[in-house]
Amino acid sequence: MAAPFELSDDSVVVIIGTGAGGGVLANELAQKGVSVVALEAGGRYLPQDYINDEWESFGQLAWLDARTTSGDWRVANDFSGLPAWIVKAVGGTTTHWAGASLRFQDHEWKAKTNYGNVQGANLLDWPIDPREMDDYYTKAEDKLGVTRTGGRAGLPGSNNYKVFEAGAKALGYKEVHTGRMAINSAENDGRMACQQTGFCFQGCKWGAKWSSAYTDIPAGEETGNLEVRERAHVLRIEHDDSGKATGVVYADADGNEQRQSARIVCVAGNSIESPRLLLNSASNLFPDGLANSSGQVGRNYMRHMTGSVYATFDKPVKMWRGTTMAGIIQDEARHDPSRGFVGGYELETLALGLPFMAAFLDPGGWGREFTTALDSYENMAGMWIVGEDMPQETNRITLNYDVTDQYGLPAPNVHFDDHPNDIAMRNHAYKQGMAVYEAVGATRVFPTPPYPSTHNLGTNRMSENPRDGVVNKWGQTHDVANLFVSDGSQFTTGAAENPTLTIVALAIRQADHIAAEMNAGNI
Amino acid sequence: MKDQTSHITRRDLLSRSAALGTAFVVGTSYVASSTAAWAMEVAHLQPATMATLIQMARDIYPHDHVADEHYATAVKGYDSEDAKDMVEAGIAALNAAAVGQGFPSYVDTGWERDRVDILRGMENSAFFQMVRGGLVTGLYNQKAVWPLFGYEGESYSQGGYIDRGFDDINWI
Repeated sequence: MAAPFELSDDSVVVIIGTGAGGGVLANELAQKGVSVVALEAGGRYLPQDYINDEWESFGQLAWLDARTTSGDWRVANDFSGLPAWIVKAVGGTTTHWAGASLRFQDHEWKAKTNYGNVQGANLLDWPIDPREMDDYYTKAEDKLGVTRTGGRAGLPGSNNYKVFEAGAKALGYKEVHTGRMAINSAENDGRMACQQTGFCFQGCKWGAKWSSAYTDIPAGEETGNLEVRERAHVLRIEHDDSGKATGVVYADADGNEQRQSARIVCVAGNSIESPRLLLNSASNLFPDGLANSSGQVGRNYMRHMTGSVYATFDKPVKMWRGTTMAGIIQDEARHDPSRGFVGGYELETLALGLPFMAAFLDPGGWGREFTTALDSYENMAGMWIVGEDMPQETNRITLNYDVTDQYGLPAPNVHFDDHPNDIAMRNHAYKQGMAVYEAVGATRVFPTPPYPSTHNLGTNRMSENPRDGVVNKWGQTHDVANLFVSDGSQFTTGAAENPTLTIVALAIRQADHIAAEMNAGNI
Repeated sequence: MKDQTSHITRRDLLSRSAALGTAFVVGTSYVASSTAAWAMEVAHLQPATMATLIQMARDIYPHDHVADEHYATAVKGYDSEDAKDMVEAGIAALNAAAVGQGFPSYVDTGWERDRVDILRGMENSAFFQMVRGGLVTGLYNQKAVWPLFGYEGESYSQGGYIDRGFDDINWI
């Protein structure tokens, strides 16, 4: 076990958050001999603690602190206090994620160059060459044990997948398979193979799905270089007169304020909390929030263009049996403006249990149009749509001074308006998704609106020029040399792919950079 | 719910009750089905109010293969000191709307479509939205109703579906 570090120890790297970004970064640094204190707002839950009951698990794991919403997105109406469906626990949202692990396509790293000037969009190229990422993606795939990479077999197809695959092939789609998933198709890294249990969103009780909670975190702790403090909610980051970060103030499990000194601070609290923390750390020296000379902190909030398509058939599917996300169609992920939008989207099977289906199929819906759909729940198949959405400056996280959290700090407000490109892409995806199911005899199809966001991205974005974003190509803030951003908030653009693999690859890369800079005495 | 009234025999129940619509009977402190298949004691609401609330719940989320008992369970929580004033007022408004359309009361309308019309007229009210929103979990998160929809719930305790039919579809 890690020896606890002193609060006054200013040689440590403090990492805020322990999910795909923070959890991986913490382990990677610990493996290199760097002393790390990871502060996690949530508690520690492991496979034996996970609850395979949708609402009960939601109560156990979800981030339910006060939040508000605005904008024309339907989530603001349907789930006004719950803009995002993410996790407060050691391991963060890697407990909840479905496991889809896809590399960005090359053109997506250079969205501004490849998509051109899209009116109303604040597009920018990533300051990273796609070739720089190849080795890091391979390392990330090996760490996560991603199927259909590195010689690992794919998962077997479930009932939900079989319906989806047959419809896809009937439409002529070619890139259809059971996905590249961070779910073991065979025993791997001391973790067992998937038992097709369902409830991937509620935490994998077998440990077959990768989560930093029971992989990177304990591996880092075993080195003796990593201390994870649970139920430690960071309130603000402090700095000295020269503008260098010196430590963080957090509320401990008893609600008492503590201050941990730091040589380096890395923020990985998800794209809502990370910018909120920087904004809440405003000072005389940084009146608009820490690392916000660009004014971009909190802006360009992306959530992926999403939606779902469910369909009923005249025979049973039992979609809840097996992995929650069981297959993918990638033919629409390409950039092909002839479809009426830039960027592309993936279609991925998805299943919800009856309780969540009732909550998400048509939020606010009632009467027989709604209930006859649920009457056919057993005969239902489903897919999720995930595509690239446009960064917009006005889609942003701000501090809502009218609503405070349990520590008296202003709550984050999440403002989101769909861009016309997002709407055109969603309509195209609904049409294709419904066609997939109609091709195999669907009796009814349901173009289902977006759920609260799980892919929260872009609010501290990476930019070549300090004027355009918050962090440089290493995730280091342009304004404060020893302050890094290590989660999906550093995404310059969102690409069509589920973001976790890229967050992990960037964290591995960032660990190399931080360790090298520390050794060189630069930070 | 059956347990709470196990001391009441069917004959006793019906002899001390008045019919409300065709589905329910109400007594001084309880609501029961007209067949006495189930009964629920009420402490804070008028029994007729609870019966009407149960009917309203069914009309919002009608599933013909789900018995009233499950709708009763879903709204049982409104029988509380805190909720009673709002619920009594909401149900009174519902009955007033029914009377306004020429029916004796909400439960005495006959066709479901007439009750749905009444509900459409008040669907933006706080009362309607409270009842509807509460039902999403109150009804569909009852483990007892899951099998009625074919939903099997957790499978971890049985080793998942790896050997139990995750891929048993035979019609595609």
